[in-house]
Amino acid sequence: MKMKNLLKAALRSLAKNKMRTFLTMLGIIIGVASVIAMLAIGQGSKQSIQAQISTLGTNVLMIFPQASSAGGVRMEAGSSQKMTIEDVTAITERCPSVAYVTPQVRSSGQLVNGNLNWRTSVYGVYPNYFEIRNLNLVSGSLFTMSDDRSATKVCVIGQTVVTNLFGTDADPVGSFIRINKIPFKIVGVTEKKGQNAYGQDQDDMVIAPFSTVQKRIMAITHIQSMLASARSEPLITNASQEIKDVLKAKHNLGPSEDPDFTIRTQTDIAAAATATSGILTILLATIASISLLVGGIGIMNIMLVSVTERTREIGIRMSVGARGRDVLLQFLIEALLISLLGGFIGVSLGVLVSQLIANILNWPVTITIQSILMSFIFSSAIGIFFGWYPARKAAGLNPIDALRYE
Amino acid sequence: MHLQCSGVAPVAGEDINMDKPIISVRALVKTYKMGDVEVHALRGVNAEIGKDDFVAILGKSGSGKSTFMNIIGCLDVPTRGQYHLDGVDVSSLTKDQLANLRNRKIGFVFQSFNLLSRTSALENVELPLMYNKKITSRDMRERSLNALEAVGLADRAHHFPNQLSGGEQQRVAIARSLVNDPVVILADEPTGNLDTRTSLEVMAIFQKLNRKGITIVIVTHEADIAAFTKRNITFRDGKIIKSVEVNKPRNAVHELANMPVMVEEEEV
Ligand SMILES: Nc1ncnc2c1ncn2[C@@H]1O[C@H](COP(=O)(O)OP(=O)(O)OP(=O)(O)O)[C@@H](O)[C@H]1O
Ligand SMILES: [Mg+2]
Repeated sequence: MKMKNLLKAALRSLAKNKMRTFLTMLGIIIGVASVIAMLAIGQGSKQSIQAQISTLGTNVLMIFPQASSAGGVRMEAGSSQKMTIEDVTAITERCPSVAYVTPQVRSSGQLVNGNLNWRTSVYGVYPNYFEIRNLNLVSGSLFTMSDDRSATKVCVIGQTVVTNLFGTDADPVGSFIRINKIPFKIVGVTEKKGQNAYGQDQDDMVIAPFSTVQKRIMAITHIQSMLASARSEPLITNASQEIKDVLKAKHNLGPSEDPDFTIRTQTDIAAAATATSGILTILLATIASISLLVGGIGIMNIMLVSVTERTREIGIRMSVGARGRDVLLQFLIEALLISLLGGFIGVSLGVLVSQLIANILNWPVTITIQSILMSFIFSSAIGIFFGWYPARKAAGLNPIDALRYE
Repeated sequence: MHLQCSGVAPVAGEDINMDKPIISVRALVKTYKMGDVEVHALRGVNAEIGKDDFVAILGKSGSGKSTFMNIIGCLDVPTRGQYHLDGVDVSSLTKDQLANLRNRKIGFVFQSFNLLSRTSALENVELPLMYNKKITSRDMRERSLNALEAVGLADRAHHFPNQLSGGEQQRVAIARSLVNDPVVILADEPTGNLDTRTSLEVMAIFQKLNRKGITIVIVTHEADIAAFTKRNITFRDGKIIKSVEVNKPRNAVHELANMPVMVEEEEV
């Protein structure tokens, strides 16, 4: 049969059975749409977690003192006083894979500006903290290492602090606030960063030179933790190892002894988060595959019924000269038309549903071309297979057996 | 007991092909196996049907008439025996070649019409042409309309089978069987579901086609119908037991011409 006639015959037979055509398509539509939507949700949450982890900074390593056991009672991590500024110097000098390292202390502070006050965390760090964490200023300038050496009372504040102490859109650079009653000059305001992976507001903080916070606010001599960054992503592991070696040597610990500190890298954190979002994606993909499978069974059902019910038609066609391959081709084209049309509607519906989820539930969704192609190909394959398989059986019959079929 | 049945051409001047029969079967056997039971539907049939012949096959129910028709129509294959159609040894053909043969040389008319439902009369008639690559769309339309015209249904071309009477459906089926210019039309009880008048109309069409040179074989239970043909072959228990020429075939057109009066009287 000519291609044109085949197409005509297929279209005619689809048009003749609009309800059946629609029902067959429905299986594909629902399957494809759910796969697209589910994968969009999975992909979207994965990407948003990754984006949040990247707000941590680039190639970040965090070094905490190991929780010390004082008289058998385990203390909170970071409670040890074993880390000192010499450790920071040693890392700066002896770890080639480390680009930046800063000591870190954190205190809570009562901030006052006129009659407004606000309670937040005050971090004491070196200026390179801003490099490590990819923090940028929208206004003003950074404090310097010489501010740190002289423990100058200057600070950089986040947007949330600005809003609460100065009102929205105010530029407080140059103003003075009191932190725990000590006057500080505001030298800069950080760019808005939003929430981190744990839902904390990253703009609700004050950053001041390390020595200023350590000596003037907290009055301690040790450091609470260190933050470092590796020169490049592949060097994170090296950097971690180098820091470990240097600190162990510095703390007089033998190679077989347990370190008295913990190093966590951004890769570790990302891996943990990815594992969580991986579980989510698997869960969603499972649900979606089940719906696609149910859709596939629906297609199979209708195709089987349709071919069985049309065995007589096949017999009639063969009795007037249709060859097995003409019959097969006709069914194949019908299945293909249904799958392509159903797939197209399914993809559109899936995209629509994803957008609705994004807009109404405020979930992050990402539609990938791969998920569209995959579900499209998969459902088409199902449609064609289940249409072709019974048709091939019918096409192999003797014309008279097909005609007699009931 | 093997009977040789040779077609005799009663019409003068058309016996050129007489030595070469259109249909020739030798020792045809068809056995159906149903588990342990074997049904011998045909037990060695020999027959020759010549060009221009018009044959009626008679016989009791279950005597193998349909089985025979299906085999010579290439819808089914014999268990044993030879079959030549228009000089071609059918048993040596592949499935696809058989399909082509059905398409080009044979027109089959079924007792139950076997039209595609929800498909117009015209499209039903076009069906065989769809499987003939050499025919263009315009040709297809024209030839199908001509075929419908030949069975007197040109005005019903766009009606669906469920909008047609049984007789009209059978005429559509006949139009479909002749649209591809077959050498032989095979009809298994074409008037089985029709009343006397419509049966006559169908026989009139067959007689007209036969006069044009198409060989026709029909199966019928009615001696009345067989009387419109040129030769009657009788089957019994899977064999041909009798083959007689019809002395003076009845003319369906003439008899139809006499009928309407009666029908109109009944209607009053
Ligand atoms: N598909 C089949 N399977 C098994 N047996 C069959 C089959 N088709 C026909 N038969 C048997 O073969 C024999 C001949 O059947 P066939 O249909 O040729 O008879 P027939 O002469 O056409 O009868 P009728 O006048 O009732 O149509 C019957 O005994 C029938 O039961
Ligand atoms: Mg029969």
